[in-house]
Amino acid sequence: MKFDTPATKNPIDRLAVVGHPVDRIDGPLKTTGTARYAYEHHDAVARPAYGYVLGAGIAKGSIHSMDLAAAKAAPGVLAIVTADNAGPLGKGDKNTATLLGGPTIEHYHQAIALVVAETFEQARWAARRIRVDYGPVDGTFDLARAKESASKPASGKPDTAVGDFGNAFAAAPVQLDATYTTPDQSHAMMEPHASTALWDGDTLVIWTSNQMVAWGVADVAKTLGIPKEKVHLMSPFIGGGFGGKLFVRADAVLAALGARAAKRPVKVALPRPLMFNNTTHRPATIQRIRIGATREGRITAIAHESWSGDLPGGKPETAVDQTRLLYAGANRMTAMRLAVLDLAEANAMRAPGEAPGMMALEIAIDEMAEKLGIDPVQFRIANDTQVDPEHPERPFSKRRLVDCLAIGAEKFGWKARNPHPAGTRDGRWLVGFGVAAAFRNNLVTRSGARVRLGKDGVVTVETDMTDIGTGSYTIIAQTAAEMMGVPLHRVVVRLGDSDYPVSSGSGGQWGGNSSTAGVYAACTKLREAVATKLGLPPDADFADGRVRAGSRDVAVADAARNGELVAEDHMEYGDLDKRYQQSTFGAHFVEVRVDAATGETRVKRMLAVCAAGRILNPKTARSQVIGAMTMGVGAALSEHLVVDRYAGFFVNHDLAGYEVPVHADIPHLDVVFLDETDPMSSPMKAKGVAELGICGVAAAIANAIHHATGVRVRDYPVTLDKLIDRLPLLAREEES
Amino acid sequence: MKAFTYERATSTAQAAVRAASVPGAKFIAGGTNLLDLMKIEIEAPAHLIDVNGLDLAKIEPTPDGGLRIGALVRNTDLAADAGVRRDYPVLARALLAGASPQLRNRATTAGNLLQRTRCPYFYDPDQACNKREPGSGCAALAGWRRMHAIVGTSDACIAAHPSDMAVAMRVLDAEVETMRADGSTRRIALADLHRLPGATPHLETTLDAGELITAVVLPSPPGGTHVYRKVRDRASYAFALVSVALVRQPDGSGRVALGGIAPKPWRDEDAERALASDPHAVVDGLLKDARTSPDNAFKITLARRTLDAAIADARSAR
Repeated sequence: MKFDTPATKNPIDRLAVVGHPVDRIDGPLKTTGTARYAYEHHDAVARPAYGYVLGAGIAKGSIHSMDLAAAKAAPGVLAIVTADNAGPLGKGDKNTATLLGGPTIEHYHQAIALVVAETFEQARWAARRIRVDYGPVDGTFDLARAKESASKPASGKPDTAVGDFGNAFAAAPVQLDATYTTPDQSHAMMEPHASTALWDGDTLVIWTSNQMVAWGVADVAKTLGIPKEKVHLMSPFIGGGFGGKLFVRADAVLAALGARAAKRPVKVALPRPLMFNNTTHRPATIQRIRIGATREGRITAIAHESWSGDLPGGKPETAVDQTRLLYAGANRMTAMRLAVLDLAEANAMRAPGEAPGMMALEIAIDEMAEKLGIDPVQFRIANDTQVDPEHPERPFSKRRLVDCLAIGAEKFGWKARNPHPAGTRDGRWLVGFGVAAAFRNNLVTRSGARVRLGKDGVVTVETDMTDIGTGSYTIIAQTAAEMMGVPLHRVVVRLGDSDYPVSSGSGGQWGGNSSTAGVYAACTKLREAVATKLGLPPDADFADGRVRAGSRDVAVADAARNGELVAEDHMEYGDLDKRYQQSTFGAHFVEVRVDAATGETRVKRMLAVCAAGRILNPKTARSQVIGAMTMGVGAALSEHLVVDRYAGFFVNHDLAGYEVPVHADIPHLDVVFLDETDPMSSPMKAKGVAELGICGVAAAIANAIHHATGVRVRDYPVTLDKLIDRLPLLAREEES
Repeated sequence: MKAFTYERATSTAQAAVRAASVPGAKFIAGGTNLLDLMKIEIEAPAHLIDVNGLDLAKIEPTPDGGLRIGALVRNTDLAADAGVRRDYPVLARALLAGASPQLRNRATTAGNLLQRTRCPYFYDPDQACNKREPGSGCAALAGWRRMHAIVGTSDACIAAHPSDMAVAMRVLDAEVETMRADGSTRRIALADLHRLPGATPHLETTLDAGELITAVVLPSPPGGTHVYRKVRDRASYAFALVSVALVRQPDGSGRVALGGIAPKPWRDEDAERALASDPHAVVDGLLKDARTSPDNAFKITLARRTLDAAIADARSAR
């Protein structure tokens, strides 16, 4: 099915199941520990051996020699895989560095060996007995130092320009020119990268924790040099990904190689301390933003330049993306430059581009509003645009940023905000309000599904879509139930198996809308098959487990009385996303308290108002948004992969040193979804929401800290050491 | 993890004898730090002597009005003890500022004192660390030092002691009671338990081989208002950037110990005489030999302001 004209009325609009806040259907499996994750397929895999990954102890250079003797002689060892004995390996299309290093070392903790043993403890012990003689060479690890050597990226759209930014900015009566930095960040998901692999003849059977099953199949096959048809990859449950599991990583490739070498099923999980340097991360950025405006607060010139780094052949963090679209202004330019850094591979993390881009842009907007003496909510509203400002012939399909800001301000009590920074105190606390817009582009992508109607009337959906904790199982079940007119409990959803039709996968907040649209397409075909079977017209009505047309009223199960009906289709897209700019919008409001003595920031309350098309399930959508807001608190206040600029690695490579928020950091989070549909997006009229929730959060907090303290911090995270020297002097109370 | 043998100690004396006589032996109580370190072979004992069964889990008054806290009293139980909460609230507050409920349920009083640093270079076997591997160097010196000590350090080691409890114990003039392999017992002032790193940062305490901590003894309650103020980047489950244990008397005098800034709980009885008149002079005295880097120099300002905040808390609590 092709979606190339705006959606009209369709069976989803009935909203008998879709749009309801139903509990996630996989919840009981997870709360009872019976959802099997990649490391836990004990049912299917008898006597797995255990693989332990050895990471490189240098950042750049080569391995002169590896002495495996002691490791081979260690108890229980079955095999040791290294680049020397693994045979020729390719590199996945989605990988920048190779997944098994040696003799060349591209980054710290790049995998250089897998030890396979009877037990995990034996494998770990033996891995530490491997003696490696390295030849280290100097590398480049510091983005600030590498900035001058950065070049224009070879792919993508690094530069855009409209009008004459230079002259318009120079002529603007009010100007801002500021530079912001965001640090390297780690996904830090709960479940580590993990895989269980076995060889069935020349077919690799692998359970792996991966967001994109079809990409995974392709890159496993390419890396191992085997046909894609010889890879059966399954990823039914995933304990968090956030983009860190978009790509095949060392656990999968090494589990496959280990299983081949040991002639046994092998399972591999990355130890937590390896994850931060072995896998991908969100790269640090340096961002310069210039804004020129009239004294009345109309933006006339806006420029956003961003620098980031990656290994050779890598890509930039697209931190200027939102600035091309978010605010009006006749004269504009954006540019991205990419430096070579010898740190672990930079890649996507929740809302790549917009998340760090909004961290900078939305402080800049706050600074500009302050310069102008205009309320920051009003300043944003005044510079709204309903068309793509770089291509004014392209309207937004739906854009309710102004509503998000206005409704949010009302609900949050924004008008009580003291217009003067550092003006509100509550005992030991300096109190501040902050606001930021939320913006993330909506992406849709081809997605397929197979739907079966059984004799018992049960509808079964099969698609290689993944559920990374997002609620995919549930919204897909809701979609199939709505389309086939059956109750939710009569739908079975099977996900994450390369035997199923290729889906959108989970990433870029495209999964919810795209995968359900694919199910819509397959169900449309199944409805036709059912109607034909029952001798009913194609426009028959499916509801209450019945199919009705005219005076006919038949149980849907009757269509499968003589055998299961199966339909398969996919949704693909025309050019509506070219003709209309499709984005999601929101507004974040935050109240913080900053300890007047120590500079510790604690978030008091948060509100997000989101306009993201039809909300397929308000409960799972809310979970996505509050999770994203929590991640935004981390980005604002603590998350920072610290680069050791001398040794070239992320030092705080565990969950004690890389501080994500804990429960005590997170207050009640309020989320409002505006009631909207976007018929340009898909027949579901939905859009993404899971990444919208993080975009702008950190800036809202940084702006609130400024409002509380009067101190403007432009370097994330906003830790107390960046405030402490500029906090108000403590009142010396008299001894009473 | 290196393979090890294991035994359950049946008496304090036997535990000490065994620890001194079996090569590579180590005591294990809560294991909340030791087991983590064993998994990555930073600790590699050949033999573990499990002391959990010993009769060292009592909290009892001493004849001179103090409190004797058994070495095996769990952090949770110590923080909840009515006598501690009434007479030594700085201790209860310090305990509750540390770790997580699950860890506090397991961690013991003696084990808390003996926990090792959380320096990330100490934890990474690919990095040089004189504490982990004497003579290998200190990667932290040229690296990220935000969480490190600024006083009491040496060119060999700048690791900070991570305990909150120990800072409160120090301000309370605690002593540890021990038993040695020869059956003798002694008391060591907490101030003397931890060594400064000097050229031998792998030697962390003044305990002899096999010497077992059996109790921590607090002298009679110091009175005054107690405050434990821990400053950190997130609200829970993080080590201190700076912490202040304060016992303040109504006349403004009192005692102060600092955490998060030194290889051991940091107190200076001479410097704290200025507490009533000039609190910043106390911090200046404590930190007079500070050696900072750009990423931890803020701790000096932070220590001053945290003490100010602690004093303000004490005043308002009165």
